[in-house]
Amino acid sequence: MTTVLTRRPGLARLRAARQPLYLACLGFVVLVVLAALLAPWLAPGDPNTVDLGNVLAGPSADHLLGVDAAGRDTLSRLLLGARTSLIGPLGVVVFATLAGVAVGVAAGWRGGWLDSVLSRSTELVFAFPGMLLAILIVTVYGEGLLAPVLALAIAYLPYVSRLTRSLVLAERERPYVAAYQVQGHSSLQICLRHVIPNIAPVVLAQSTINFGYALIDLAGLSYLGLGVPALTPDWGRMVFDGQTAIQRGYPLSALLPCLVIVLTVVAFNVVGERWADQVARRDR
Amino acid sequence: MTRTLDIRNLCLRLPDTARPVLDGVDLHIAAGETVALVGESGSGKSLTARTVLRLLPKGAETEGAVEVAGENVLALDPQQLRALRTGRVAMIFQDPRAAINPLRRVGDFLTESVRLTGAMSEPDATRRAAELLTAVGLDASVLRRHPGQLSGGMLQRVMIAAALMGDPVLLLADEPTTALDVTSQAEVVALIGELKERFDTGLLFVTHDLGLAAAISDRVYVMYAGRIVETGPAATLFTDPRHPYTLALLAATPRLAAPGGRLAAIDGQPPDLRHELTGCSFAPRCRFATQLCTTQAPEPHSAPGAPGHLAACHHSDRLEESAADA
Amino acid sequence: MPDTVLEVTGLRRTFGTVRAVDDVSFTLAEGGSLGIVGESGSGKTSTARIIVGLERADAGQVLLHGSDRTARARGKARRLARARQIQLVFQDPYLSLDPRTTVEAALREALRLHFPDIDHARRITELLDQVGLGTRAASALPRRLSGGQRQRVAIARALAVEPAVMVLDEAVAALDVSVQAQVLNLLADIRAQTGIGYLFITHDLGVVRCVTDDVIVMRHGRIVESGPTAEVLATPQHPYTRLLLDSVPRPGWDPRQLAAARRALSLTTNRGNSTDS
Repeated sequence: MTTVLTRRPGLARLRAARQPLYLACLGFVVLVVLAALLAPWLAPGDPNTVDLGNVLAGPSADHLLGVDAAGRDTLSRLLLGARTSLIGPLGVVVFATLAGVAVGVAAGWRGGWLDSVLSRSTELVFAFPGMLLAILIVTVYGEGLLAPVLALAIAYLPYVSRLTRSLVLAERERPYVAAYQVQGHSSLQICLRHVIPNIAPVVLAQSTINFGYALIDLAGLSYLGLGVPALTPDWGRMVFDGQTAIQRGYPLSALLPCLVIVLTVVAFNVVGERWADQVARRDR
Repeated sequence: MTRTLDIRNLCLRLPDTARPVLDGVDLHIAAGETVALVGESGSGKSLTARTVLRLLPKGAETEGAVEVAGENVLALDPQQLRALRTGRVAMIFQDPRAAINPLRRVGDFLTESVRLTGAMSEPDATRRAAELLTAVGLDASVLRRHPGQLSGGMLQRVMIAAALMGDPVLLLADEPTTALDVTSQAEVVALIGELKERFDTGLLFVTHDLGLAAAISDRVYVMYAGRIVETGPAATLFTDPRHPYTLALLAATPRLAAPGGRLAAIDGQPPDLRHELTGCSFAPRCRFATQLCTTQAPEPHSAPGAPGHLAACHHSDRLEESAADA
Repeated sequence: MPDTVLEVTGLRRTFGTVRAVDDVSFTLAEGGSLGIVGESGSGKTSTARIIVGLERADAGQVLLHGSDRTARARGKARRLARARQIQLVFQDPYLSLDPRTTVEAALREALRLHFPDIDHARRITELLDQVGLGTRAASALPRRLSGGQRQRVAIARALAVEPAVMVLDEAVAALDVSVQAQVLNLLADIRAQTGIGYLFITHDLGVVRCVTDDVIVMRHGRIVESGPTAEVLATPQHPYTRLLLDSVPRPGWDPRQLAAARRALSLTTNRGNSTDS
């Protein structure tokens, strides 16, 4: 069985063939997650405290990574920003995975008209750019994290449901599924207890990759000033706020969040690819 | 006279295994001879056949000699090896569908190797392919068809024709009829026999089917856990086995002639590759085993009055007595 | 004369223009063992799948103890009742077990569904014992087991439901000779102990000889010959049965003559078919 994960062209070339790269990426993912979890205790100061005397200062003992144009501590904002920046994509991925698996399993298992309806409607969502959908919903519902997360989740759903459907189609043909049918188990039980656990590793690998993409998209939205409220620390927002600083020759407060975004996305991608490869190898 | 195939003391080790997968295999085939290699899955019979073409698993280490018409296969450079594979030795696989590219026409498949090596010009190759297709009982129109349009039996004939393209001196057939129905099996076997006579090739027929081995071969080798446990003429090996494993296998095979009811099953399982072997590999499952068998691996020795019938068993003579009792 | 447990009448199934199963009727006696022999494309596997309920017939009936099971089962009670009528053991033991479910969990699942009130642990030990597996195998995942052991697990799982009939679809074909003999003996013992009926789908006449009382021979979806196994194998009436028997390799076997016989037979049947239509 060959399953193709959906990747964006640029990142597809980054294959996690080498062990050190994978370990470094896994380490980085763990680090970012820990930072997000422990941010309130790790952050040296309040992210919104304005220190006007030190505007655009470089790294110092007080402010390890410097201060931004509004006089806020960059390190604190990065650490606390990790929370917003990760919770958003997490919401997207959790929702897209749950709904996508439900749709994909229903379409793949039942087949027939249900499959046609579900496949056509997911294709419809495919045809509509996710970012555009998000911008549309945010403009209608105003500020807040929920609207863009929901919009992106809907945009990401087809990736998961299409993958799930093809996996279920292959899995359904395996004799063990027929064996459970003959034993008198209901379709729902077979799907929940056997089919879904067997396809879960591949779906989770895709979700891990999706996490990185969702992070980019959400960062892009908040860079545009959509979604995250103005004062909430967020990496995308920090890039936006740091623009003026770059023009004035103090790039640190904008470049650091950029760097963190790129590294996080790459790390999630490499880890996801690696997991998918491992699953593929185990099946053989 | 040089033998078509001469394997001497072949040992093959794989990473992550405690014992050699092939352990001192001795096997030879004279020109035009049919030899069957019989064994269960995991015995190393397919691996032995593949070693002749040096189609080895990753990380395999070999010892010993594998000579095809006097040339040591294990010492060939890549170019010589390619010449060997396209010319003197050909292999027929178990599943013809897995061994052929479904998108290419049968004609391309047949002529590809000789054209690529420059052994034949394209018109010559096509003429030869058409000839061979007729020889295997198909007609030349098959050249233009795709593998999907042929049945399993027809496809196996195509594979046989492909194997004969390079005028091989040795044909390796790895369970060539296992995927076929019994009636097609008879046809394919008849065909291989006919062609072998016509082109005077040696044939190594790898199979798990004792009845088939007895029916078609001149000599038989029986393999168990990477070792040849018994070898002899097909006519006497099955009527008068000298190794307990051969005897047990024969007893465990359901037969048409035997009455229904229980079979004499062999208890236990073949030894695991993860454990080292001391003594005879069959000893734990053998009803003749003694203390000696668990400590010392038996050397092959010949039956009295039959130098070509060898068995690696400490108790070959007791086997005969028990057969006489029964 | 023993009672009939399974009765199949006039079964038909068409795929496109191919008549995969064409007017197949037979009966299986209580505790009996019936072999269905044929080559690939003979319709033997389709017949088995219809009887088990994995496929639907275009026409015909499958009666178990007189009650029809061709209609679609609705509701849990009907589904379970039907599962207790007939169970199936597949050819490939490598694919018929969920790779993520341990032996014990697979058996427990079947028991929980069908017999929620009994002592599952004890019954699992009993079942494993019955198929000759130690309790050590209980916690193993299928990939840790050999082909023969997996097939024993599949048999135990079928037995857990306590069916009246067990359909064995080439259940020993993928096994090595020595292991095949162990499993065939096991199946014979189980039948002697429980009085379960077997429907043995196979291409191997030796296996048929060994484990069945009666046999039917199928070709192109039709039954060409049927009768007591010993009789059919000793004095085959239909030329196709004779060809099948002659095709079994043995010393002094002449494959060339067989090839000729096979061609002759397919010619006559082709001509026969064209006059039919």
